[in-house]
Amino acid sequence: MKDVLFVAAGGALGTSTRYGLQSLLPAAGADFPLGVLLINWIGCLFLGWFFTVTLRSWRIKPRLRLAIGTGFTGGFTTFSTFAVDAVRLTVHDRMLTAVLYLLLSVGGGLFLTWTGIRLGTKMTQAAPKEERL
Amino acid sequence: MIWWAAAGGIMGTLARYGLGMWAGKRFGTVFPWGTWIINVSGSLLLGWLYGEFTQNHLSPALWMLLGTGFCGGYTTFSTFGYESLQLMERKEYRRMATYVLSSVVVGVVAAAIGYRVS
Repeated sequence: MKDVLFVAAGGALGTSTRYGLQSLLPAAGADFPLGVLLINWIGCLFLGWFFTVTLRSWRIKPRLRLAIGTGFTGGFTTFSTFAVDAVRLTVHDRMLTAVLYLLLSVGGGLFLTWTGIRLGTKMTQAAPKEERL
Repeated sequence: MIWWAAAGGIMGTLARYGLGMWAGKRFGTVFPWGTWIINVSGSLLLGWLYGEFTQNHLSPALWMLLGTGFCGGYTTFSTFGYESLQLMERKEYRRMATYVLSSVVVGVVAAAIGYRVS
């Protein structure tokens, strides 16, 4: 039951942070949806790093990992807005921008997740005294 | 407005957490079905909500609660990326390609269908 509270708290914080950033950065429509692109990129880089370091060596309470990983980062990033943004661009007859947005989101997101995992792996290897799984 | 988004975000995140655990037990962990179902269904719902919102059938507060809050918190891009990389690290390239491509194509088509039926 306590797990649920941790996930909920993380989700509230992640969603609020996304809301704040989304209102500062350009949204989809006539413009390129830079806000959600950056949000998803940052979230991918962070989650790749965070899940790697906390799995490999950094001691962190499982509930905190749940709150930060599943709750905060999951609530911060969004797939539905990404999909609807792509549709919004096609509705505005910006087909090429829509394709570019899809490719940048997915390609960049996967590359940044990979970068985060590599970074986390290097950081935990640099600490030989820590136990590794 | 931020409180509407945060309240929706809590509901969405908990729905994702619950459905993700259920899917893990139901379908196993070979293919990330949980996140796949979550992202596609969330895209369908947000497409429909967005259409209703642009036709003024939805108040800005309700759009914040259900759209930015619930759908945004329910679906996730970071877990989608992480699971894809996990498949890559297990050298399951075909499964990874299937996961990435089907999530994006079916997700965008679902969003378009939701928008159309609004």
